[in-house]
Amino acid sequence: MNPTRSSVPWFSRVVLILLGVLFLLPFFWMVSTSLKPLNETMKLPPQWLPSSPQWNNYPDAMQAMGPFWLYARNSLLLAFLNVVGTVFSSAFVAYGFSRLDWRGRDGCFFVLLATMMIPFPVVMVPIYGLFRALGWIGTFQPLWVPAFLAGAFNVFLLRQFFLSIPRDLSEAARIDGCSEFRIFWQIILPLAKPALLTVALFQFMATWNDFLGPLIFLAREDQYTLALGLQALQGTISGTPWHHLMAASTLVLLPVLVLFFLTQRTFIRGIATTGLK
Amino acid sequence: MTLGERRNLTKGLLFISPWILGFLAFNLYPLIASIWFSLCDYSVLSEPVFLGAQNYVDLWNDPVFWKALRNTVIFAAVAIPLSTSLSIGLAVLLNQPIAGQGIYRTIFFLPSLVPAISLAILWQWMLNGPMGLVNNLIRPFLNIINAVVGSHLQAPDWLNDPNFALGGLILTGLWGTGQAVVIYLAGLQEVPAELYEAAELDGTNAWQRFLHITLPMLSPVIFFNVLMSIIGALQTFAVPYILTGGGDGPGRSLLFLATYIYQNAFDYWNMGYASALALCLFVLIIGLSLVTVHYGEKKVHYSGR
Repeated sequence: MNPTRSSVPWFSRVVLILLGVLFLLPFFWMVSTSLKPLNETMKLPPQWLPSSPQWNNYPDAMQAMGPFWLYARNSLLLAFLNVVGTVFSSAFVAYGFSRLDWRGRDGCFFVLLATMMIPFPVVMVPIYGLFRALGWIGTFQPLWVPAFLAGAFNVFLLRQFFLSIPRDLSEAARIDGCSEFRIFWQIILPLAKPALLTVALFQFMATWNDFLGPLIFLAREDQYTLALGLQALQGTISGTPWHHLMAASTLVLLPVLVLFFLTQRTFIRGIATTGLK
Repeated sequence: MTLGERRNLTKGLLFISPWILGFLAFNLYPLIASIWFSLCDYSVLSEPVFLGAQNYVDLWNDPVFWKALRNTVIFAAVAIPLSTSLSIGLAVLLNQPIAGQGIYRTIFFLPSLVPAISLAILWQWMLNGPMGLVNNLIRPFLNIINAVVGSHLQAPDWLNDPNFALGGLILTGLWGTGQAVVIYLAGLQEVPAELYEAAELDGTNAWQRFLHITLPMLSPVIFFNVLMSIIGALQTFAVPYILTGGGDGPGRSLLFLATYIYQNAFDYWNMGYASALALCLFVLIIGLSLVTVHYGEKKVHYSGR
């Protein structure tokens, strides 16, 4: 064995272990702090582990946030509506961009790609005005109705997948007199399940993580999502109860982590393919 | 147009109609309305009143705008090269036959899943001056340096120090860079192994192989990711906003263009001025993207596609 060849993985392994520990430390610190009594969070130098884990920090943090379960319900409801809306509308639109030939299609698709360069902060003022004119400010509508009008990124993702399905399948169905909608619904959608699952997962994360949207469109506290409820907790209390903030942050993160570990393969594959086109 | 073509066109438009509606309502209309609002005194509560270019004159003379622009550009210019190098480096390390590759990949990916609200509150705590974990990790090193050189370096109070707040945010961003690692790793796994074998036979070292095989083969992926990172970095809002407890940091050191748009629109109800700012942000994003595309197209190596 060539000595230089075996020394490279050795060096790599040390670097990887070090960086792996560094990347995990914040998680460790979050959970460790969340289980400490308040006075132990202030100790100098800091204590790595709580002397005895305070599990009741979690119910206490939920209590401090106010109607925690109502916030959780709001977040879940919005996530559900966004997932359903995005998956179906994006698939419908992607079908038009991939399985049908019509004049001007590629031009329209180019416009769709270009819209990905328009971030929300650029357009949020007129959109706010629009929702205000509709009387939707302070309701959930601004946070889920747009999902039913397809998202550019998801259309792009699904179009790539639909293009890989053989055209003969549609042709055969057309000859049998199948309507275009039935081809979409009964042939293409069932074949596209993995791609649809990817879109659903990404959208769930995006809605669950959204902060700016709820911040500007929601008005009353009983409509808050978990993100807004947590920010309110951060803002109202003086003398920062870090143990409660860490417990609440962990709770908001937990559903995302569970979902990730349940769907890891789909998830990683989805991320990898979006970046590679 | 034949009857069949017309029927196809109708069908196609029918299928993409949800997107057309969304495009008109949430892209085209807002862009045009922004141009109009930016020329008006507009508070949403009353009808816009035409002002001419006044908002742009104000903007030119507004030191806070320049501060926001500067912070935004500096953040993008520092954070993107750092996170790109880090994630390429991690991906290259992970692309070796190392035990537990999947576990490492998960570890590096996990932080990118953390919702902005949890991420920002966690890092507010991590970057706390006396009690934060970051400072407690770097203090021993500073002590050694101080003892050897005789200097008086102190761990900074990151988020309360105008000189360090942006650095703290960049550190936060680096922790969440994992999505790119997954993408680069997938890109690396598509590079044909023969290329490396041939180069190794030619007596090249690892660094040469990285420069002349890995980077060119990965360049389309890097290009796409950098472009997406630029668009993402320029619209940064949630994490700095929460890190500063809903503000813009000491001496406005964490004020970004998106933050300033938000403040003008929803704190001061100055929607006209906010629209002028929004258009500046838009021009900045389009401009930098075009520069990247123009420069990138020459450098990117597309293999046989």
